[in-house]
Amino acid sequence: MNAKSAGHTTADGRKIGGVLMEMKNITLRFGGVTAIKDISFDIREGEIRAIIGPNGAGKSSMLNVISGFYVPTEGEVWFKGYKRGPMKPYQVARLGIARTFQNIALFDGMSVLDNIMTGRLTMMKSGLLSQALWIGNAEKEEHAHREKVEKIIDFLEIQNIRKTPVGRLPYGLKKRVELARALAAEPKLLLLDEPMAGMNVEEKEDMSRFVLDVNDEFGTTIALIEHDMGVVMDLSDRVVVMDYGKKIGDGTPDEVRNNQDVIDAYLGVAHD
Amino acid sequence: MADASVAVAAAPQSIPALLARNVARLGGLPAYREKEFGIWQSWTWAEAQREIRELALGFLSLGIERGDFVAVIGRNRPAHYWAMIAAQMCGAIPVPLYQDAVADEMAYVLENCGARFVVCGDQEQVDKVVEVEDRIHHIEHVMYTDKRGMRKYDHGRMNALEDVKAEGRAGHYRYEAELDARIAELTYDSICVMLYTSGTTGKPKGVVLSNRNIIETAKNSSNFDHLRSGDEVLAYLPMAWVGDFIFSIGQAMWAGFTVNCPESPATMLTDLREIGPTYFFAPPRVFEGQLTSVMIRMEDAGRVKKWLFDHYMAVARRVGPNILDGKPVGLGDRLAYLLGNILVYGPLKNTLGFSRIRVGYTAGEAIGPEIFDFYRSLGINLKQLYGQTEASVFITQQPDGQVRSDTVGVPSPGVEVKIAENGEVFYRSPGTFVEYFKNPESTASTKDPEGWVATGDAGFFEEGTGHLRIIDRAKDVGKMADGRLFAPKYVENKLKFYPNILEAVVFGANRDRCTAFINIDLTAVGNWAERNNIAYASYQELAGHPKVYEMIQSHVEEVNKSVAADPMLAGCQVHRFLILHKELDADDGEMTRTRKVRRNVVETKFADLIAALYDGSGSVYTETEVTYEDGRKGKITATLRLADALVAPEQRMAAQ
Repeated sequence: MNAKSAGHTTADGRKIGGVLMEMKNITLRFGGVTAIKDISFDIREGEIRAIIGPNGAGKSSMLNVISGFYVPTEGEVWFKGYKRGPMKPYQVARLGIARTFQNIALFDGMSVLDNIMTGRLTMMKSGLLSQALWIGNAEKEEHAHREKVEKIIDFLEIQNIRKTPVGRLPYGLKKRVELARALAAEPKLLLLDEPMAGMNVEEKEDMSRFVLDVNDEFGTTIALIEHDMGVVMDLSDRVVVMDYGKKIGDGTPDEVRNNQDVIDAYLGVAHD
Repeated sequence: MADASVAVAAAPQSIPALLARNVARLGGLPAYREKEFGIWQSWTWAEAQREIRELALGFLSLGIERGDFVAVIGRNRPAHYWAMIAAQMCGAIPVPLYQDAVADEMAYVLENCGARFVVCGDQEQVDKVVEVEDRIHHIEHVMYTDKRGMRKYDHGRMNALEDVKAEGRAGHYRYEAELDARIAELTYDSICVMLYTSGTTGKPKGVVLSNRNIIETAKNSSNFDHLRSGDEVLAYLPMAWVGDFIFSIGQAMWAGFTVNCPESPATMLTDLREIGPTYFFAPPRVFEGQLTSVMIRMEDAGRVKKWLFDHYMAVARRVGPNILDGKPVGLGDRLAYLLGNILVYGPLKNTLGFSRIRVGYTAGEAIGPEIFDFYRSLGINLKQLYGQTEASVFITQQPDGQVRSDTVGVPSPGVEVKIAENGEVFYRSPGTFVEYFKNPESTASTKDPEGWVATGDAGFFEEGTGHLRIIDRAKDVGKMADGRLFAPKYVENKLKFYPNILEAVVFGANRDRCTAFINIDLTAVGNWAERNNIAYASYQELAGHPKVYEMIQSHVEEVNKSVAADPMLAGCQVHRFLILHKELDADDGEMTRTRKVRRNVVETKFADLIAALYDGSGSVYTETEVTYEDGRKGKITATLRLADALVAPEQRMAAQ
């Protein structure tokens, strides 16, 4: 894997570019607990990168390190060729990183449309006063943002719930709205924390299709955590496997599937 | 454009010529609207013509020939209507297909017409076409409207419709003369469109309709209802259905009104409200569905609102239809109705999107009298028509002021209707189809040399009013073992008028008594269950619930009573019934795509259940194969209860 420095093309014709983000020897400790132990891997531009592992393997911690929410105790995070220091959430968003959450974090009382509009907050330039009074650039800006949001609504096929309060939606649709909000920020890198958790087969298939379409249509790089092995193997270009905070495998789905350490971690090992 | 003036000089003989006429007359008025990205986008007649011509030029650059078939598979979108008209401009024949058809059904139609070009709405449709391409090899080019997800397909023989248009624009110097020549060649006898009948029996047949069929029918029916430029329709019914072709292309082109396309199938009701069409068509189930949702919401309304609604709906039921028909109504009633209009009917119509309707039609199935009267009492001019693909829709229709729920009206202008010895309805009209494609035997057996077409329906003209009444499909009308008349549809329709019953299939031909399968309506029964604290986990469990059985049984018994009142049909009372564990579904072949029950399929598929209905057992175990939306198959098993229903004593005919 590491041998390739320039871009290459996958079997189905998508372009995979150079390294977008690189994690170098990341270690994360909470007091005496070591959540992540010396992990290195990279995420390339345009790819779908999955992080898998059994419960408690440190996947979510890893995603939080990527998103900048946790600052690693040791190691470096490089993004777009620059070493990244500690950051505030809005700085992360401005860098072009957006995420969805394992436990949906939407505004229940607001409509789907308004929820998605919040995704564009960091891009709004007109001030509080002009927005409140609807003067100056506020109207023009709102129209431009609304247009972008409508494209996403169309893309994710949620036109029929545009005006529905999020609290009234079923779980699967809420997940889709969350994806929409993340997309509204036009991210370079999209982080999905268990996008299929708690879904039935049909919803999973829909969501998988949307994830693939997002990657294909917008060229968005996607890093996702997922439990469902079938989904991961179908979706991802490359997979990182974690167990007890350590990286035990890294490669294409096929390579990972045949990796003895991975098999042991998932199926257990006979102790004798 | 240069060609336009030439075509306008003579009476327009084709859809492209009508388009040119409309551009000359109405150029700046809206011809098409579509809601996209949350906003209604609109195109004037002149803009639409430009789009269509560019697309036609693009088709020419792809090498389209005269007489080629162009299949169009997608939801109602201006682009798809334009593709059909562009194909006509090139001398080709558009063939719209049902977009919810599975690949196998699609393969049959594509093969039958030998389509060289296919226009798909989106990736889903393209996938189906790609799937059938290894069986049929004459498809040369696939085009698609929605680019999403299409990036990684092999585009050697595939193009976005937008790109085809761009190619037409780029090559317009090369192809313009050819295009104008081809448009000028179109005559009244050129084929306008080929539509496949849904096929309640056997394989679908391609019905060939000429420009004469479509334009004459559009002219007559537009005059009948005074349709004109400025009217608005919502195009939401399947494009493959003849009705949509007549309303959204034939009449829209003739009368020059605006065709509005919804944003997506799921937003249809919202879009309906936003557009507020003046001319509206819907099958009975749409009206039923809307009424059900109104009633459910009224159940939850506050006491004052509920009282207002009940009170003024009673007023409306009493005087509304008469006011609509222009019959004499007392001053007091008129005032009460006026007040009701301000307080209840107006807001209600607005919510439903029916505020501006001048002409509304329903057809396809019988509509329940209560439902029909409900809409008419609100002042909505809802009427019935009777028609079929082979007639370019119109056979009979109800004139304003002569509207009833149990007739289908008088013969449409230009249509002759006669009733044969056995009760079958025959018609002859300018809209009568040319032929079934590649099927001279069926053509001969349906249309006689004098042009009379058998409808396959049994009916009679009512004495006095001259209105036609349809009883049932002629071939379904049979005899019971003791020789009494068996008209299943008649009973099924009565059963289906109950909101709790979605479908019913009655058996009894050559048997001593009738039995029935019932499909419950999940929305209505589910809501009822919620109100009565009945818990259920699945459709199957709800369908088998004893309380549900009780309720359905009372419906069946009421129907029996009303059937018994008609001496001719008293034998059709339902003695035993069961509630099916699954909804009858077009994907399983049990229904046509237009949601008509395929009786023979149901009879063979559920033979075990029918046998149980007649052998007196109390329950039956069954396994049923089901097809999921993506074509995979599965199996569901169930133990169904069979219930007896009380039968009302028959009123013997005096003569016997």
